[in-house]
This record gives sequence, C-alpha cells and structure tokens, in this order.
Amino acid sequence: MSFATEVVISLFLFLGACFALVGSLGLARLQDFFMRLHGPTKATTLGVGGMVIGSIIFFTAGEHELSLHELLIALFLFITAPVSAHIVGKAALHRQLPCEERTKNVPWAEGEKDSVDIN
Amino acid sequence: MSSLAGKKLFPHKLLSAFMLGLWLLINNTIAPGHWVLGLLLAWAIPFFTQSFWPQSMVINRPVLALRFLLLVLWDILIANVQVAFLIMGSRQKLNPAFMRIPLELKQDFTITLLANTISLTPGTVSVDLQMEEGYLLVHGLHIDDIDQAIADIKTRYEKPLKEIFECSNP
Repeated sequence: MSFATEVVISLFLFLGACFALVGSLGLARLQDFFMRLHGPTKATTLGVGGMVIGSIIFFTAGEHELSLHELLIALFLFITAPVSAHIVGKAALHRQLPCEERTKNVPWAEGEKDSVDIN
Repeated sequence: MSSLAGKKLFPHKLLSAFMLGLWLLINNTIAPGHWVLGLLLAWAIPFFTQSFWPQSMVINRPVLALRFLLLVLWDILIANVQVAFLIMGSRQKLNPAFMRIPLELKQDFTITLLANTISLTPGTVSVDLQMEEGYLLVHGLHIDDIDQAIADIKTRYEKPLKEIFECSNP
C-alpha cells in the first residue's frame, strides 16, 4: 500500500472519528432531551460513513479486489437508527419531558393533551 | 400444503433485486455460484411469503429516485457540518422548535421513508406520527422560521417521494 493511500485512509478515519466525537459532545452538552436526540443521528451518518469509506479503501487496496460489504453496515444503520430515535422521541413526548423554555410549538403547552397519545 | 393458485411468479420485483444485491454484498463476491444462489433466494423468498406483503412497491420514476438518493446524501453531508458548528457554538443561541408537517403521502412505506429521511438529515428528528390527523411531528435543533422549514421539507423530500412512489400517472 502506497503512502498516498494510507494518507487518504487516515483522513477518512479521522473525519469519521471527528463527527462521532462531535455527536457525542452534542449528546453531553445540549440542554434538553429533544436537543440531545440530535447528537447520535450525526454520529451514525457521517461518523460511520467516514469509517466505512476508509475501510473500503483499506481492504480494496490491501487485497487488490473490490470489497464493498462494509456498505451494508451503513445501509442497516440508515434503516435502523431513525426508527430507534423515533421510538425514544415518542416515549419522551408521552412522558412530556421538560424542554428548554425557548422551544417553540411545544405540543403539550397548548392544552392539547390528546396530541401526544401513543396509538 | 397451501394452494399455489393465484400466486404471482414474481410478486415483488424490486424486493427481489434488492435481495440479490444484499446477498452479493453480504458474501462480498460476484462469483457465478453466488449469483445463482442469490437469484434463487431472491425469487423464492418473496414468492413463498407473498401473502404477508399484499402491497407491492413500484418505482414510477427511477431517474428521479436516483436523484432523490443523491440529494439526500448531499443534504446529510451539508447538514452534518452545519449541525457540528451548532453543537460546538453557543448553546444559548439555539432555537429548538417542534413542527407539524401535514402529510400528503398515503402509503405506509412512503411515510416511513419520509420520516427516516427527516431523521437522517441532522438537525431534524421525527418524533411522532399522527395518521388520523395526518401530520408528522418533527423536532428541529435550530429553526428560525418554522413555516419556511416546513415548506422546505415538503418541497425537498415529500414532493419527490410522492412522485416516485405514489403517482401512477406522472
């Protein structure tokens, strides 16, 4: 493997790690539950994406044949991550967890309790 | 043994193609043997489970579907960078908001795709779906103009999805 390929691979790994880190930081430092929910969606998209691309280049260059099954990791994450985020968010809605005062349009602030029923 | 009468030979062509692709990717090979095995599985599994999937999915506009996929990937890239700055920046400046997006989509599958797309693009997460009232509740991390954001989501994601999957005569 040439030096240039190694640099490209490390760049992608670094980029992915950076986005995963920012996602975790968001999870830790944002104020309310619903805002924190935004952190993990970042980590699963670009964070994993960068590492997957790095892995594809590494195995393709190392074994001299195209290796694409890493794409499946991204595919399955793209299918499952929003579903889990949706369910967690829905549970939070049902429990009417406190959110920041700045939040606009809070569904249960308008006296519409029935709008957060779990159906 | 259940009767095979009334069953279609290829009930879900799209699902079959997807399964063949999945099989080849899982095995990480394009060897002829795996093509044969994959084709067999891609035919047999939809054929024998077709009573579980009454609704068949049809892509009416394949070119538009490809364009939509690229658009979503590009948006994920851009939005990721934007949200990274939002998270690292001042927390007090963020304007979180809940949005109700009225739905024009009718099929479960398309609504799922729309909700997934909204959650995948950072900055917005779909948290609740009200089928009877026909709206999707979305939480945005930093929304300046709620009406504008709703209109953006509707033209950018919902309209193409509707054209791809739900309009039989575009």
